[in-house]
Amino acid sequence: MADDAKVKQGVDEATVAAARALESDKYDAGFETEIEQEFAPKGLSEDTVRFISDKKGEPEWLLEWRLAAYRKWLTMQEPTWAMVDYPTIDYQDAYYYAAPKGEAKYESLDDVPPEILETYKKLGIPLREAEVLLGVEGAAETAAEVRESDSPRIAVDAVFDSVSVATTFQKELKQAGVIFMSISEAVHEHPELVKKYLGSVVPQSDNFFATLNCAVFSDGTFVYIPPGVRCPMELSTYFRMNAKGTGQFERTLIIADKGSYVSYLEGCTAPMRDENQLHAAVVELVALEDAEIKYSTVQNWWPGDAEGKGGVYNFVTKRGDCRERGAKISWTQVETGSAVTWKYPSCILRGDDTVGEFYSIAVTNGKQQADTGTKMIHLGKNTKSRIISKGVSAGKSNQTYRGLVSVGAKAKGSRNFTQCDSLLIGQTCGAHTVPYIENKRADAQLEHEATTTKLSDDQLFYCRQRGLGEEAAVALLVNGFVRDVIQKLPMEFAVEAQKLLEVSLEGSVG
Amino acid sequence: MLVLKDLVARVENEDGEGKEIIKGLSLEVPAGEVHAIMGPNGAGKSTLSYLLTGRDGYTPISGTAELNGENLFELDPEERAAKGVFLSFQYPLEIPGVPVMTFVRTAMNAQRKTRGEDEISAPEFLKKAREVAKLLKIDADMLKRPLNVGFSGGEKKRLEIFQMLMLEPKFLILDETDSGLDIDALRIVSDGVNALRSDERGMLVITHYQRLLDHIKPDRVHVLANGRIVASGGPELALRLEKEGYDGVLAEAAA
Repeated sequence: MADDAKVKQGVDEATVAAARALESDKYDAGFETEIEQEFAPKGLSEDTVRFISDKKGEPEWLLEWRLAAYRKWLTMQEPTWAMVDYPTIDYQDAYYYAAPKGEAKYESLDDVPPEILETYKKLGIPLREAEVLLGVEGAAETAAEVRESDSPRIAVDAVFDSVSVATTFQKELKQAGVIFMSISEAVHEHPELVKKYLGSVVPQSDNFFATLNCAVFSDGTFVYIPPGVRCPMELSTYFRMNAKGTGQFERTLIIADKGSYVSYLEGCTAPMRDENQLHAAVVELVALEDAEIKYSTVQNWWPGDAEGKGGVYNFVTKRGDCRERGAKISWTQVETGSAVTWKYPSCILRGDDTVGEFYSIAVTNGKQQADTGTKMIHLGKNTKSRIISKGVSAGKSNQTYRGLVSVGAKAKGSRNFTQCDSLLIGQTCGAHTVPYIENKRADAQLEHEATTTKLSDDQLFYCRQRGLGEEAAVALLVNGFVRDVIQKLPMEFAVEAQKLLEVSLEGSVG
Repeated sequence: MLVLKDLVARVENEDGEGKEIIKGLSLEVPAGEVHAIMGPNGAGKSTLSYLLTGRDGYTPISGTAELNGENLFELDPEERAAKGVFLSFQYPLEIPGVPVMTFVRTAMNAQRKTRGEDEISAPEFLKKAREVAKLLKIDADMLKRPLNVGFSGGEKKRLEIFQMLMLEPKFLILDETDSGLDIDALRIVSDGVNALRSDERGMLVITHYQRLLDHIKPDRVHVLANGRIVASGGPELALRLEKEGYDGVLAEAAA
C-alpha cells in the first residue's frame, strides 16, 4: 500500500507544482526556433513527391509507392462526415518538406545545432538529462540493469520537423535486438521489413488524409521488436512542428514479432502561430502471435486562440493489426490540443483470442472541435475489445465520440465493452455520442454504456468549502472523471496528462 | 469568535428570484464554546450554514458576520476555508474518481498555500491520516475509495468528521451531523468532534435532536425560528425542547 500511495502522491504533487508553474504562461510551447530550413517547393505535385523521395535518397520502389498514392489521392474527396467545421484547405498553398539545413544526421548530441536542443529544453524534453546521457555513453550495459534501476527510462527519438535529429539509448536497444530508428533510416537499413509491413495495416488507398500521407510522408519512427523480446524501456518520440506553413506528415510503423512486448509513448506540442497547420499522420501497428503493443499519446498541439483563430488541424489515421493468435494492442490517448481533431485509433482483431483496447481522454475548450473515437473490428474467434472514452467539453467547444464495433461472421464468442462518458463544463459546449455496432454473430456479447454529466455547482461548492479555488476544484473534479484512463498511462505520461488537463481547462468556469 | 449582527439574507434560485430566509439574526459564539442551534424545519438553519460559508445564491442583504474580527462576506468560499471555517455538510457530495486521501491532501495543501504555508509532506500526511482514521474507526481501504461514492449515510458523515480532524479548522459548523447515524456511529462521530474542542475553537452545532447534545455538550443552546434567534439558554433548553416540542418556547418568545 505504501508504495502505491507514494506514487499516487508523487503524481499529485507534481501536478500541482507543474500547474502552478504554468499559470503565468498558458501555452508554454508557443515559441519559434530560428533556424534555416530547406523547403520542398510550395504546393503538391509529382515533382514534390519526387523531391521528397530524392532528398531522402529513397529506393525506386518507395518512390513508386509514393507516386501511386499521390495519383490515387488526386481522385479522392476530402471526407465531410465528421462533425467538424473548418475552412477549405488549399493543398497547393503549403510546403510538404522541411529539414534543418546541412547534415541531416548527427553522430552525437554535440553535433546537434544548439537552437534545436534549446527548443527541446523549453518543451521539457529530457534529451539532455543525465540519465539519458548515461544511456548514450553506454553506462547501463544490459537490459536487466535498466529494469532494476529506480527511475523510469525512456529512449527518445526526437523528431524536429521532418528529420530525426538524435536517437538515444541506441546501444542498449541494439543489445536487446530492438530496432528503433527513423523510418528514413529503416528504409535503407531494413528495407525487407519496411517493404513487408509499410501500408499493410493502413493501405495506400485507405482514406483521403492517409493517402496524402503515403505520398508525402516526411519522416517518422520505425520500431521492430524481435520474437520473445520484452523491450527494455519505454520508447518515446516527440513530434514538433516548427517551420511556418509546413504540413506535417509523420509515418510510424511498429512491429512486435511473436511473443514480444513494447510500450511506445508519443507526445506532441507545437508553437503558436496564426495560420492553420495541417497534420495528417499515419501510425501502423502490427502485433504477431502473442505479442503486445501499448501505444500511448499525449497530444497538446496549438488549439488556436480564444476566438478560434489559428491552431492545428489534426487528421490522423492510427490503426493496429492483431495479426496472429493471442496478440494484444492497446491505445491510450489524451487529446487536449488542436483546433480540429479527426482521429480514430483502431484495432483489427484478426487472429483468434486477440485483444484490442482503446482508452481515451479528449478535452476541448475555447472553440476547439473534436470528432474522435475508435473502431474495433472483430474477425477472429474469441476476440475481446474494450473501449473507455472520457470526453470533457468546456467553453464553446464541440466534441463527438464516434465508434464502431464490428463483429464478423467468423468471430465466434467475441466480446466488446464500451463506455462513453461526457462531462460538460458551462452552458455553451456540446457533447455527442455516435456509436455504430455491426454484428453478424448471435453469440457475440456487446455492451454499451454512455453517460453525460454536467459539472455540478454543488460539487464545486463542496470543493471550495474545503479550500480549493474554483479552477483547482474543476481540475480535481475533471481528474476524477478521467481517472480510469489516466491510470492506463505510463507514470511519466500520467503526470504530463494531469498537467495538461489543468492548463487546458483554465478559464472554463466563472 | 464568531459575531453575527442583525443579519438579513435571502436565498435565490437559478432565475434570480429571491426569498428572505434570515430576518435579523444576531449571535455570538466565543472561541472555546460550543453553541447548538435548534429549530423547526424551514427556520433557516441550513441557510445560515451556507451563508457563513459563501455558497452562491445565499446573499446577505444587511448586517455583518465576522470571524475573529474579519468580515466573512468579503471572502470567497475557499478563502473562508483557509481562515478555518469548516462546514460538515448535511448531505455530503460524491466526488467520483477522487480518492478520499487525494481529496483531503489537495484541500489541505490548497488551504496552506492560501495561508502562505508550506505543503504537508507525504509521510507527515500519511501518519496523521492513520491516526485520525483509527480514532474514527475508518478502515484504510475506505480512504482509497472515491470520496463518498457508494458510501452509506453514516459513512459519509464519518468522512466529514475525518476531513474536519485532518484540516483542523478554527470554526466548525455541523449541519445535522447526527442524521443517518446509528448509536455507535453517533458516539464515534461525537468523540471525533469532542477531540477538536479547545480554547481556540468555536463550534456551531445545528441539530433537531437532543441526543447529539448528550454526546457533544453545548455551552449555549439557541432556538432559530422564522429567520431569527427567538430563545437562548443553557443545555437545559435543549432538554426542555425535547420534552415539550417547539410550541411552548415559540409561544413564550412571541409573547
